[in-house]
Amino acid sequence: MSRTRHVGVPRWLLVPALLAGAFVVLPVAALATRISWADFPSLVTSDAALTALGLSLRTSAASTALCLVLGVPLAVVLARSGARWLGPLRSLVLLPLVLPPVVCGIALLAAFGRRGLLGEHLDALGVQVAFSTIAVVLAQTFVSLPFLVVSLEGALRTAGERYDVVAASLGAAPTTVLRRVTLPLVLPGLASGAVLAFARSLGEFGATVTFAGSLEGTTRTLPLLIYNLRVTDADAAVAMSLLLVAVAVVVIGLVRPRGAV
Amino acid sequence: MSLVVDVQVADRDVDVSFEVAAGETVALLGPNGAGKSTTLDVVGGLLRPDGGRVVLEGEVLTGAGRWVAPHARRTALLAQDPLLFPHLSVLENVAFGPRSRGAGRAGAREAARRWLAEVGATDLADRRPARLSGGQAQRVAVARALAADPRVLLLDEPMAALDVSVAPVLRQLLRGVLAERTAVVVTHHVLDALLLADRVVVLEGGRVVEQGPAVAVLSRPRSAFAARFAGLNLVAGTATADGLRRPDGTVLHGTAGDPAPATGSDAVAVFRPSAVAVHRVPPGGSPRNVLPVRVDELEPLGDVVRVRAGELAADVTVSAVAELGLAPGQEVSFVVKATEVDLYAR
Repeated sequence: MSRTRHVGVPRWLLVPALLAGAFVVLPVAALATRISWADFPSLVTSDAALTALGLSLRTSAASTALCLVLGVPLAVVLARSGARWLGPLRSLVLLPLVLPPVVCGIALLAAFGRRGLLGEHLDALGVQVAFSTIAVVLAQTFVSLPFLVVSLEGALRTAGERYDVVAASLGAAPTTVLRRVTLPLVLPGLASGAVLAFARSLGEFGATVTFAGSLEGTTRTLPLLIYNLRVTDADAAVAMSLLLVAVAVVVIGLVRPRGAV
Repeated sequence: MSLVVDVQVADRDVDVSFEVAAGETVALLGPNGAGKSTTLDVVGGLLRPDGGRVVLEGEVLTGAGRWVAPHARRTALLAQDPLLFPHLSVLENVAFGPRSRGAGRAGAREAARRWLAEVGATDLADRRPARLSGGQAQRVAVARALAADPRVLLLDEPMAALDVSVAPVLRQLLRGVLAERTAVVVTHHVLDALLLADRVVVLEGGRVVEQGPAVAVLSRPRSAFAARFAGLNLVAGTATADGLRRPDGTVLHGTAGDPAPATGSDAVAVFRPSAVAVHRVPPGGSPRNVLPVRVDELEPLGDVVRVRAGELAADVTVSAVAELGLAPGQEVSFVVKATEVDLYAR
């Protein structure tokens, strides 16, 4: 690694900087002080906890895969195509990022609910999306997609088209260029985008509870379980929160080495 | 003609047409913004011109109602930066072209090894591009372009990004590579144009202002740019042990440049007009070249006067012109030290 020389930052900047760090770390650390460590193992390995954790991991993995399948083509088109109508699309894709999750859930209901725009037709075919595990995956995908698209589009723009041009001049058809040059070159951006999407899916609450409900084993993911237990069994809620923090730390650890996020 | 280029690009005010014979290398010269890169982009299919056509070996690549995609043109591009794919090894980089054109993995690697050997880079095969020097990377880039089996090679200032110490070696390599190839090379460097190209096309303001054989254009430039660009004395002839024999039998002594000419082969002597002294009476002694000439014209160039005599030029001061009483038609001697004359293989 090469060392970068710095011109130095004003010293007073350290005070608000440390304050910001403490603001983030303190609540999470406080969480650990609230735990009854004696009960911790049994709390996080209870049937309800393991079911919810398993469901969370499975749906998050599925929504990350769906984000990749849909988001990679979208990012490539946004970054490489010069078409004018793409401008508005680029802004619209960011919507889930700024909308309240509960609004996302209501929007999804309007589209895929039993009496929704598409849901009506799906219902006629015998497919019911709302309040199923599929709904969980759709809700998570909806809110996570912008993370992947923004991350990958940025990486594609930074990488530029120079390598693509050389590859084409060497006789590579557009699909070959995409597969052998464009995507391998943005692999770090793609990986961090996927990890971010996974993390966002794992923490998703508002859209899920609105669109998919909270049915144990089907739609009750870990955040939903924590919210349910918060009133009835505060100790269990805190223990599972810490579990989610641990998973999140692992996920961040996967992205951190790139320093990209 | 192997390659016919005739393109108009309105918003860049480019209207250029020239032809390249099979096996011929043409240098595109011109100041920045003259349209060199635009022309190259049109040939490579990266830019659609407003009008005109590009025809390669009888196939219309760009033209009215006709458009061949860049990857189907077989016009390999060698740019200023080597642009080796950083995620592939050197061998995989060179194998990229053959793979893309349908060769199997083993066959493509076989071809890649052959081309790496051709450019003397066999020992680099397993390295990552990040671990190559600039010269090595450009050498590999040459192999990669050739491995794609292009019908025409497009070179965009291939040596501009290289160290002065590395450029001669790569120039030597490109000379060998381009000898029998159809190629278009964009360059700013007089030696590159002279040593790599058979013909030179000079662009200025998006128009062709001059074209012809490299030695002729560069030694007797008619366009303003070529005159500034070149302005060198270039004398063609046959190499001797320590000099060059001109067609009229006189010998010009000099020092061998890189690439050095082999005795008896075609060579060119290069020296600056400012290195030439003008004498009315031939001087004796010292290792100097004395060339008897007849003055054709006197051309003021700032504070010096360029004395033109046949294919040669000398820069002298205004007072020297007066002292010597120089005038067109006069018989004088051009004198240049052997150390000022560089000899190159042609």
